[in-house]
Amino acid sequence: MVPIDHVIGLSALLFVIGLVGVMTRRNLIVMLMSIELMLNAVNLAFVGFNRLWPQGPSGVGEASLDGQIFVLTVISVAAAEVAVGLGIVISMFRNRDSVNIDDVSLLRW
Amino acid sequence: MPVEVIVKTLFILIVVIGALAPVMTWTERKQSAVMQDRIGANRADLGGITVLGLLHPLADVVKLLTKEDVVPLGANRIMHLLAPLIAAVPAVIAYGVIPFAGVYTFGQDTISMVVSNADWGLLYIFAIGSIATYGTVMAGWSSNSNWSLLGAMRASAQMISYEVTMGLSVVGIFMVFGTLQLQTMAIEQDATFRILGFLEYLIPGLQLPAFLSAFPFVLPKWGIFLQPLGFLMFLATIMAENKRPPFDVPEGESEIIAGYFTEYSGMRFGLFFMAEFIEVVVIAGLVTTLFLGGWTIPWVSTADFIGVVTPALGEGVATGLCVIVHFLMFMTKVVVMIWLQMSLRWGLPRFRYDHVMDLCWKGILPLSIANIFVTGALLLLLGDAS
Amino acid sequence: MSAPLFLFYVFAALAVVSALGMVLNVRNTVAAAMSLVVTMVSLAGIYVLLAAYLVAAIQIMVYGGAIVVLFLFVVMLLNLHSDEFLPARQRWLKFAGALLGVFLLVEGLRVLGGFHEPPPLPEGFGGYRQLGLSLYTDYLLIVEVISLLLTAAIVGALILAKREID
Repeated sequence: MVPIDHVIGLSALLFVIGLVGVMTRRNLIVMLMSIELMLNAVNLAFVGFNRLWPQGPSGVGEASLDGQIFVLTVISVAAAEVAVGLGIVISMFRNRDSVNIDDVSLLRW
Repeated sequence: MPVEVIVKTLFILIVVIGALAPVMTWTERKQSAVMQDRIGANRADLGGITVLGLLHPLADVVKLLTKEDVVPLGANRIMHLLAPLIAAVPAVIAYGVIPFAGVYTFGQDTISMVVSNADWGLLYIFAIGSIATYGTVMAGWSSNSNWSLLGAMRASAQMISYEVTMGLSVVGIFMVFGTLQLQTMAIEQDATFRILGFLEYLIPGLQLPAFLSAFPFVLPKWGIFLQPLGFLMFLATIMAENKRPPFDVPEGESEIIAGYFTEYSGMRFGLFFMAEFIEVVVIAGLVTTLFLGGWTIPWVSTADFIGVVTPALGEGVATGLCVIVHFLMFMTKVVVMIWLQMSLRWGLPRFRYDHVMDLCWKGILPLSIANIFVTGALLLLLGDAS
Repeated sequence: MSAPLFLFYVFAALAVVSALGMVLNVRNTVAAAMSLVVTMVSLAGIYVLLAAYLVAAIQIMVYGGAIVVLFLFVVMLLNLHSDEFLPARQRWLKFAGALLGVFLLVEGLRVLGGFHEPPPLPEGFGGYRQLGLSLYTDYLLIVEVISLLLTAAIVGALILAKREID
């Protein structure tokens, strides 16, 4: 049996790696991939908690799959996000010939 | 339990894939020769013995293994070397959930003739199939060649698109059989149904005459009869997924040389080649299990077979005989499906690239969704009539 | 150590190493995307160990089979040059990063100190049947909202990526 504590620890680690990626990389595509990594870390936490408390935090009643439903929701939102995000990447590359986000800082204060 | 799994795995690797895939390279050359009015491969001989050219697969392997393994200048070495493996491995391991015979009871033990009887078997195959895309993409990108890159981009777009429709076109089958487990699906098809039987459910009180329950008016309860449109769509999409002609635009020789594996040589090229042939076997096995009743004998259920043979030979021998007959049945259907794929390969010209995409998004996708609706409506109307 | 536990650590190590490989690989965006695939697939393996079978299959099919392939497709389409890390002018970022790292370390030590065995599960938990049932009864609204969202995303992506709108 897998200890859920370690699953949550792994989830936190992956989330921070993704966060570091978003903050330090300038390539918009890699930033989007890092965001995907963060979403995956959250999914892992959802699945882990769903496994630990199948009946919810109260611990009574029937086993439900709420956590896994959340994961499915997150996955489909991620798919939508990637479609739009990559659309933005392509139009940005077309206009600026670059995917470095420092090149599109016109609206920056 | 582990011993059983290892024995089944070896059986599949040696008998189903190991024997069929090399023979197919020869069959395909022979068939292309027949279609083009040539003689075909017949020269490889071992001390004067040629066996109709059946030694050619052996000669090919020796040739490919002794050839130089070239990595082009400027290529990404690690990815270039890994790509053929990533293309070939999913094709082999997808076979783990396809049943090659039924479930049998020998005294105390019950043996299910499939390596892994996972509850989500078909999903496993789809997941594995989506991993196979990376082999082609990696090969095309890492070769540092424009032809390869073009082939990889065509391949990735085509494979993503057809994955969607492939999944949707078999939803009808899930609904009819109510499971994703391939062994259960095969067992469900181990029965018959009356062609006009649905009338009894539509018109209350109607009793069909008895002759309609006899041979010519009864069909095996196979997926192809319950989901004919699903069968055609699934066959088309899964062939496009394998990038075989007529859907071979990612490797169209007359346009982009060999597409994503232009820069490969030696056994790594051979691995791409073998992956394609193994996938043909997997596709044949999958289509057989989903639509052609898997290992079942048409019109003769397992219980009937064992019941008829037991008085003559005893139950143990009868069950053993049943296993052999079922396996031979499965292999016959697989060979027929392979033959069908090869005939299509040599019988049809290549699609144009935009036609491939149009067929997927404007043809099969709406049709498959309509198929799901119609199937659902019929299931609601008829209950468990079929 | 039991087999599932061993597998979990193997998958966890793979996920962390390849996630680091993705974030730290500045020279080669395609290799970064391939590392992301390894992370996704090892997470799917962990999902199987946690009895989330349908989620594992969907993880591989959607993330592995669609999302990362889209990334690769765009990278190959744009033919990108190598990238570099953020220049040092944002110095507060280093402090923020260091603080976050220390926080994570403390948190991680606390979390990893525990060892909560998950409870036994009812038959069919995490299978497609149960998940589908609750998805199309209790959570039907989510399905509808997502279908709307995906439609909007398709239209949005089309408008963004199209060269000129006629």
